[in-house]
Amino acid sequence: MEPALISPASATIFGIPANIIYILIPLIGIGTFAYIIFRRLTPLLKAAPDDRFNRIPERIRSVLKIWLGQWRHPRYMLPGVVHIFLFAGFLIVGARSTQLMFIGFVDGFQLPGFSGSFGAFYNVLKDYATTWILIAVAIAAVRRAIFKPARYAVPPQYGKDHTWEALLVLGLIAALVISESLFEASLVAAQTHKGLHAEYTAPVTLVWFFKHLLSGSSLAALQGVHSVSYFIHEITFFFFLCFLPMGKHFHVIISIFNVFFMRLDRGNVKPVRYGIDDDKLDDLESFGVKVFEDFTWKHMLDFYTCVDCGRCSDHCPANAAGRPLSPRFISIKGRDYAFKHYPWIGSNGGPSKPLIGDIYSEDEIWSCTTCGACEQECPVTIEYIDKMVDLRRGMVDEGLVPQSLQKPLSALEKRGNPWGKMEKKRADWTKDLAEETPVKILEKGKTAATLYFVDSISSFDDRMQAIARATARILNAAGIDFGILGKAEKDSGHEVRRFGEEMLFQDLKDQNTDAILNSGVENIVTADPHAYNALNKDYSGLPPVEHISQTIVRNVKAGKIRLKPVADTGKTYVYHDPCYLGRHNSLYDDPRAAVDTIPGLNRVEMAGNCRDRSFCCGGGGLMLFYEPEEEQRMGVIRVEMAKKAGADVIVTACPFCLVNIEDAIKVAGLEGEMEAIDLCELIEQHLIIED
Amino acid sequence: MEILVCVKRVPDTAENEIEVAGDGSDIERDDLVYSVNEWDNYAVEEAIQIVDKVGGSVTVISVGDEEAEEVVRREMAMGANHGILLSDDAFEGSDGKGIATLLKAAVDKGNYDLILTGALADDGAGQIGGMLAAMLDVPYASVVNSIETLDDKKLKVGREIEGGNQEMSEIDLPCVLSIQTGINEPRYVGIRGIRKVASVEIPVWGAADLGLAADSMGAAGARVKRLDYFLPELGEGAEILEGSMEEVAEKLIDLLKAKGGIK
Repeated sequence: MEPALISPASATIFGIPANIIYILIPLIGIGTFAYIIFRRLTPLLKAAPDDRFNRIPERIRSVLKIWLGQWRHPRYMLPGVVHIFLFAGFLIVGARSTQLMFIGFVDGFQLPGFSGSFGAFYNVLKDYATTWILIAVAIAAVRRAIFKPARYAVPPQYGKDHTWEALLVLGLIAALVISESLFEASLVAAQTHKGLHAEYTAPVTLVWFFKHLLSGSSLAALQGVHSVSYFIHEITFFFFLCFLPMGKHFHVIISIFNVFFMRLDRGNVKPVRYGIDDDKLDDLESFGVKVFEDFTWKHMLDFYTCVDCGRCSDHCPANAAGRPLSPRFISIKGRDYAFKHYPWIGSNGGPSKPLIGDIYSEDEIWSCTTCGACEQECPVTIEYIDKMVDLRRGMVDEGLVPQSLQKPLSALEKRGNPWGKMEKKRADWTKDLAEETPVKILEKGKTAATLYFVDSISSFDDRMQAIARATARILNAAGIDFGILGKAEKDSGHEVRRFGEEMLFQDLKDQNTDAILNSGVENIVTADPHAYNALNKDYSGLPPVEHISQTIVRNVKAGKIRLKPVADTGKTYVYHDPCYLGRHNSLYDDPRAAVDTIPGLNRVEMAGNCRDRSFCCGGGGLMLFYEPEEEQRMGVIRVEMAKKAGADVIVTACPFCLVNIEDAIKVAGLEGEMEAIDLCELIEQHLIIED
Repeated sequence: MEILVCVKRVPDTAENEIEVAGDGSDIERDDLVYSVNEWDNYAVEEAIQIVDKVGGSVTVISVGDEEAEEVVRREMAMGANHGILLSDDAFEGSDGKGIATLLKAAVDKGNYDLILTGALADDGAGQIGGMLAAMLDVPYASVVNSIETLDDKKLKVGREIEGGNQEMSEIDLPCVLSIQTGINEPRYVGIRGIRKVASVEIPVWGAADLGLAADSMGAAGARVKRLDYFLPELGEGAEILEGSMEEVAEKLIDLLKAKGGIK
């Protein structure tokens, strides 16, 4: 039976058989694409090693949940849903695009399995998919061109605006779905015109509209539309394919790999170099990332995968405070460096220059509090913290440490705490408790079942010693046999490591590990989330570690701790999730449950900014000493969120959060209207103590 | 340019609690932590930056016991090319002039264009730089906060003087400069840096190497003797005069007349 129109494979273009052209286009397109990918791989082959081929079942589950399931996208609902439709549409239409390629030189080509009823079902699905793709594109284009959401804006120091790239790609996608629909609609219109069996077009779809639009056209016109739309489709498709690795749309092809290779754990820090054990670190010539090739291949893949969506920077507390850090541009600048020095055409760039002073600045890298908000948001699982730590390791190795941090680092080395206070005074906070709650110091043969790891700030800071005392009283009330290490305890080294001084961290870790193992304790409890994270993630071979909130909840449930009703019924309490309990350790519920154990306490949430969207107080450990350039304190931003939620008491579960928030209350001029209290202080105030 | 920087190992005064020993001979040193004198550290950083610009080498020298070696090594980890330790029992108890004499003898064994010292040390008297310059008969500028090499014969140095003003001078080489804090931002030296220079050779020179007479050094040669260390007795505190400027001035004149300050 004669087809209604001349198909592409049977046509001629200016006398040349079209099927030759339609073999050449894919050959050139795919060939060019393959070459571009090969060039893009070049820096990854020179990169530092990474360890990403382990735990395959977990990785597959991540791909299914985050890549296929688009798990993180709805965190920004409208664009997230738009993207989900776009993504699902692409997956569905992929088969049709493949078929179309072959149609150019194999007349009437059908993919295997697509001939029968499945094929018919697929056609309907595909019709709706192309339609919703166009609607999604239209919504996206309007957002980009007219509403211009703030997170897409490019601050002047980072270069020109990127909107053209977004609109170009949206235009290409629109061209693809429109040309595909015209190609089919013109054939169906011709079939109807000639009284032949017309292929089914699903109602209220793009192809359906075009079919009706074209119903009155002449056969010559329909043939023109059919042939030209096919040509446009093929050229656009292969141009788009080769354009993908040129910018943020690289993610279309590589995000599946980036998610597969994603970081599976939280709170830990990558080793200085994969494959080099801690005891061999002294042999390394260079520490950290100094030039681009020092990054691991996965970190380079991260740069390529960045979608430029700005969700990370939108939640970065340093960015909100006006510090010179925008995580999005850590990725984009890294990507652009790779594009420039390892271009897809032309020779690779010359010898590498240091990144600090070139694409990154010192302050940019020191500004990060390692809160993890960026990594939490990223829909394609890009990592930032390890990069910051590696860049800091490089700077420390070169001596490029801000003066404000050199003193505490030196004090940590000499005295085991950043203030340089004398070791023998580390347990002085216990003196005020001596009578009712004597605290055992685990030295000279004394042991206990539980170690209370106090860490530096709660040991030495006048205000934070109150947390240590409250914790001791709680442990005592629960009847727990506990002790502290006293002067044998050194700073956990949590920030020392995250600020790039790996060898000093190793030193502190070794001293603490020895002291802990020598003490003979069976388990460890701490009220300091940074210590909690360090002991759990950075140290090894220790007895199990728990946070005091978990201890409180367990002992209240068991009836070992009993609490009075809340002292001040008029106050509204809000719990602030510390970064190192919340995002990094998923401890959201136990601290809340601990606060809720107090009968009659009225607690609210900072809606939209709690749990894994909690906003960093400003940072802990060494970050307290760093003098950033910023427009506002992170703590002040956080206190204003608490105020907006209607709270007058902020409950924290971290001594650093308490320091930052108490300071911020003063700076914000809210003294008298807002107060902050530690979880342990709150519980301790409501303890029912049997005499 | 060949630069010699004199460094001293001093107790950390910031958080250390300084207590006087019972017999008044010294402070209690058991619990103290030591590090390089902060002013000397700035001087070493400055020397390294000069040599980075004009070439040459930086030598770090210290007078002390064997523990002082850690400070020389740390400055080498920072970037100094050579280190020398002047150590000998005979050096014990030296006064400022004695230390300067030892340093001069070491300077004479080398060929230095520029000698830097810190402006003062936490536990010192700020005298070594000036004494050394006098002994060497070379020009001297103190509390220098900026250095510019004009050519291989001259430097332009800046000193902060009263009123926050800056005094700029030209000084001929060779010379001695004592360095004020804030002249630069010293680079960080981490544990790793120190480990890298852990096995570098640091020559130790004693009295024989320096060829000095026994009476020019140590307690024997000291012209200044320490008699006692003590904390002054705390008085009741100051009397604060209140009132307007005129009232306070009146009261002050009365007090001075009464206590014999004005006749």
